[in-house]
Amino acid sequence: MAKRAILGLVTLCLVVTAAFASFYVVPMERTMGPIQRIFYFHAASAWAGMTAFFICFFGNLLYVWRREQKWDSLGVSAVEVGLAFTTIVLITGPIWAHPVWGIWWTWDWRLTSTFVMWLLYISYLLLRTLIEEPDRRALLSALFGIFAFLDVPLVYFSIRWWRTQHPQPVIMGGPGSGLEPTMRKVFFFSVLAMHGLMVLLLSERYRLEKLRGEVDDLRREAEA
Amino acid sequence: MKNFDSIFAAYLLGWAVFFGFYLSLGKRTSSLRADIEQLKNSLNRGK
Repeated sequence: MAKRAILGLVTLCLVVTAAFASFYVVPMERTMGPIQRIFYFHAASAWAGMTAFFICFFGNLLYVWRREQKWDSLGVSAVEVGLAFTTIVLITGPIWAHPVWGIWWTWDWRLTSTFVMWLLYISYLLLRTLIEEPDRRALLSALFGIFAFLDVPLVYFSIRWWRTQHPQPVIMGGPGSGLEPTMRKVFFFSVLAMHGLMVLLLSERYRLEKLRGEVDDLRREAEA
Repeated sequence: MKNFDSIFAAYLLGWAVFFGFYLSLGKRTSSLRADIEQLKNSLNRGK
């Protein structure tokens, strides 16, 4: 309980500081103006979401290899958390795009691959609701999760491999790209804050899955 | 501030997703705890 409270408090401090810094510390971007401040929330959420999907991939691989329930629990927990972050990306992106591009959405590589990633992980959760038998559900969803993860590197590299409406990378984007030093520091701080939030939500979701396992065990005992 | 409504909407909707998810976790956790309590009671009665 104390560990959870500390994690929650640390995450709250990080998130509040990141939001404050993105409004009051970061200098105004010359061409976009104040709307650019959405970037610190949008891009940091995208990074945290992709990390959650990577954790899911890791859990899925370990489930296929070891067939231990805990890896299935980690996989499904990470998918729900990753979906929450990706939903934020898909909401904040168009809100930023409308005043900057004059359109809410376009089917370019980055936007489309992100939307497909979101749909794939929604399908992962739907698939789990269709299979009753726990071991079969865990195995099939792990295999589907491994397949769904193929889209994650595509999302990351889409703005590096193809010309897109979405802005080109400003972090690790090669020569000529980059952020002003204060913007860069605040961006990485926002990434840290969102990862703190991701870990907090993942640990809460994982606890829920352990409780579900306990309910299943008790039901089996009651039926025996 | 220029585009204040867009910035406000992005942050409001973004945080609403997090709070909604967190609330759903809390709701599902308390429902499972109630199930555990109920199952333990019925198992104890059966012994």
